[in-house]
Amino acid sequence: MNNSNNRIFDLANSRLSRRKFLQASGALGVAGAAPGLFVGSAAQAAAPSMGGHLRIAMVHGSSTDSLDPIRLISSHTTKLFYSVHSTLTEIAADGQLMPLLAESYETGADPSEWIFKLHSGVTFHNGKSLTADDVIASLNRHRGEDSASSMKSIIEGIESITKDGDLVVKFKLSTPSVDFPVVLSDAVLSILPSTDGKIETFDVGCGPYMLEAFEPGQYSHYRRNPNSYLSDRAYVETAELLTIADSTARQNALVTGVVDVISDVDASTAGLLGRNDNVEILNVTSTQHFTFPMRTDLPPFDNNDVRMALKLSIDRDVVLDTILSGYGSLGNDHPISPANRFFNTELEQRVYDPEKAKWHLKQAGMSNLKVELSASDSLYEGCVDTVVLFSEHAKASGIELVPKQVPDDGYWSDVWLKHPWCASYWSGRPTEDWMFTQGYSAESNWNESYWKNDRFNELLLAARAELDDDKRRQMYWEMQAITRDDCGSVIHAFGDHIMAHSHNVVVPDQVAGNWDLDGFKLMQRWWMKA
Amino acid sequence: MLLQRILLGLLTLFAITLIIFLGVSMLPGDAAEAILGQAATPETVAALRKQLGLDLPAHTRYLTWLGNILQGDFGVSIGNGREINEVLGTRLYNTIFLAAFAACIAVPLAVILGILAALYRNSFYDRSVNIVTLSSISTPEFFVAYILLLLVSVKAGWLPSLSNVRVDTTFAEHLEKTLLPALVLTLVSMAHMMRMTRAALINLLSNAYIEMATLKGLKRFRVIIHHALPNAWAPIVNVIVLNLAYLIVGVIVVEVVFVYPGLGQYLVDAVQRRDMPVVQACCLIFAATYVLLNLIADVLSILTNPRLLHPK
Repeated sequence: MNNSNNRIFDLANSRLSRRKFLQASGALGVAGAAPGLFVGSAAQAAAPSMGGHLRIAMVHGSSTDSLDPIRLISSHTTKLFYSVHSTLTEIAADGQLMPLLAESYETGADPSEWIFKLHSGVTFHNGKSLTADDVIASLNRHRGEDSASSMKSIIEGIESITKDGDLVVKFKLSTPSVDFPVVLSDAVLSILPSTDGKIETFDVGCGPYMLEAFEPGQYSHYRRNPNSYLSDRAYVETAELLTIADSTARQNALVTGVVDVISDVDASTAGLLGRNDNVEILNVTSTQHFTFPMRTDLPPFDNNDVRMALKLSIDRDVVLDTILSGYGSLGNDHPISPANRFFNTELEQRVYDPEKAKWHLKQAGMSNLKVELSASDSLYEGCVDTVVLFSEHAKASGIELVPKQVPDDGYWSDVWLKHPWCASYWSGRPTEDWMFTQGYSAESNWNESYWKNDRFNELLLAARAELDDDKRRQMYWEMQAITRDDCGSVIHAFGDHIMAHSHNVVVPDQVAGNWDLDGFKLMQRWWMKA
Repeated sequence: MLLQRILLGLLTLFAITLIIFLGVSMLPGDAAEAILGQAATPETVAALRKQLGLDLPAHTRYLTWLGNILQGDFGVSIGNGREINEVLGTRLYNTIFLAAFAACIAVPLAVILGILAALYRNSFYDRSVNIVTLSSISTPEFFVAYILLLLVSVKAGWLPSLSNVRVDTTFAEHLEKTLLPALVLTLVSMAHMMRMTRAALINLLSNAYIEMATLKGLKRFRVIIHHALPNAWAPIVNVIVLNLAYLIVGVIVVEVVFVYPGLGQYLVDAVQRRDMPVVQACCLIFAATYVLLNLIADVLSILTNPRLLHPK
């Protein structure tokens, strides 16, 4: 099976200003940017111009950041990795999965065997040639008992990795997985130079940019790799990536011309920023979504009527309009976004219905309900406000929802998966299988609502091994319906990635939505105005 | 007496290391969980703890750390394995640079304004300088910072909006980039010093010897500078030193707004990641700053007071 044409998901890459956005959404009577619903910007340069210096400011980056892929936790180092290193596959700007360091890949006898053929003549920045040994050594660091890698559970299905000559790597999986190559596009699984099966340097790669300087929590500097094996990218000669955590400082930096592009523009002030003549707001539909997982193993959430009552008690339109200022789309209580390939387009959108919620409560034998919902603004801007709004909306259903603000610190270790009900969010995953496996399968450590649905788990395994796209679609559609009506998560909205840039940079027609900053590949995909 | 003070200071520092260590240990979650975040599974956490040496008992970790500190080695960051000494050096330099810069503006300004306020007590000038300084100290630092940024940087374009200095930044550039944060710190720290200068002077002005000086026909300005001020230095110096300490240890908000790589940001990052050696190192520096500055305040009080200088 040749996967070069395997369309993993069809991201809607919206390029539109705030004003156009309001016009477009107003005309269609929807508050979210649905796929393909945008006005392309008029003037696009035909061919990218080479050279120049690009400065990008982003939120994340800590002074204790590490370049060891095992400890790749901040977006700054992740973006750094995507620039300096290469992965076997990549998610292109249009959402397709493409081979990258692998020239091509195919399945063996069935999707439990995968054969990757590497590009020949690839060298690392230090002159060392790439071989299959580097691939094996890089990936093996994340496997095995002693591994402390965040990708450990994702790739534990790999039974063995072997080489066949210098440029062919073979994977044997314990169970068939059609989407396996997608996993290898993650920055954590970048291919690093090895010596005798050991990886010793993390700042030398074979990516399109060479790392010139890195000061954790502050900045990283890059220079174009003249010997790159990739010719379809990397236009700017030098670049720098700055960490600016404060959103006002970030906007000031853009307005005063200290940087050219900023990420994570506050939804509430994006409109004001867009009024500046030198600034353009760029809004990209993404797979990022916000969830309120209830622990389905604990009362009262073990009763699906209670879960349904809560799902019906949030006015999603209001949350989208106020908290997200319209920069997003409505959630339908399942994690698959319109940007995903197998998004169920026929599933009815859940709406705010206090009467129906009351009926569900009655079914559960309750006349009223009092629940606590833990939240913290460290998760995302407006998280606590959303909970407060939710609590107001829920009053109409006779539900007393008590917002509980918890410390920012240690949220993932002490609140998430621990409290009966809490706020959470996902940056989304490129495939249905990845998303469902990590967040919803019975065995996953990240099954945040402790949800166990037999039919769902059965379908998950079946869809993973299914080669027929129509059948897979049917299965994923059914899984979305099951999640919507049974799972413990209230999923009320998908958020957009909001960036802003000055007029001296050129944005390509396609901007990826799988991660912020053009799938973290902005540096190699954008160019400076000539 | 000085020796006794220094020994007490060292004891304080030791107690602080213990308190910090216990405090951070009591915080929920450890470095392994913080590094893995959402990706923490029981096995990966256990594996990482082992790699980081966090599986050792707390007292062993503390004693090892203390032993290294006594040899001047702060150890390495758990987060990224970098030598803390190295990072601490540049960060501390940045912090002290900004504090010194702000102090150079704030201290003389506050003292002069305070003297003038005492001189023209209850005048229009006195009232307005009080209102202005009290307003600026009552406004949150970040707000003062945003206002100044908007006016001086965004609208007028006179100064850069970021203070992101680097190792290779020249001294002149460093001054230019930190002028705006230094002004913010001046605004938020001046009121305290100014009002103490004024209060200490006014307090003395009711004394008999001042009345004597006035009666023998000296000018009011001369009375204040030559007769009142020498006796007022002790409380003023104390407040100035307290403010210097604040300029070094309490400016994290200003660091964030101006993206200035100082010690405060380093400490906050480290606490978030439970990077114990870094937290310990930063806290130790901050505590030492306090101890040292208090010592200096005492010494200066003695120097400005002949009675304490020549105890008989």
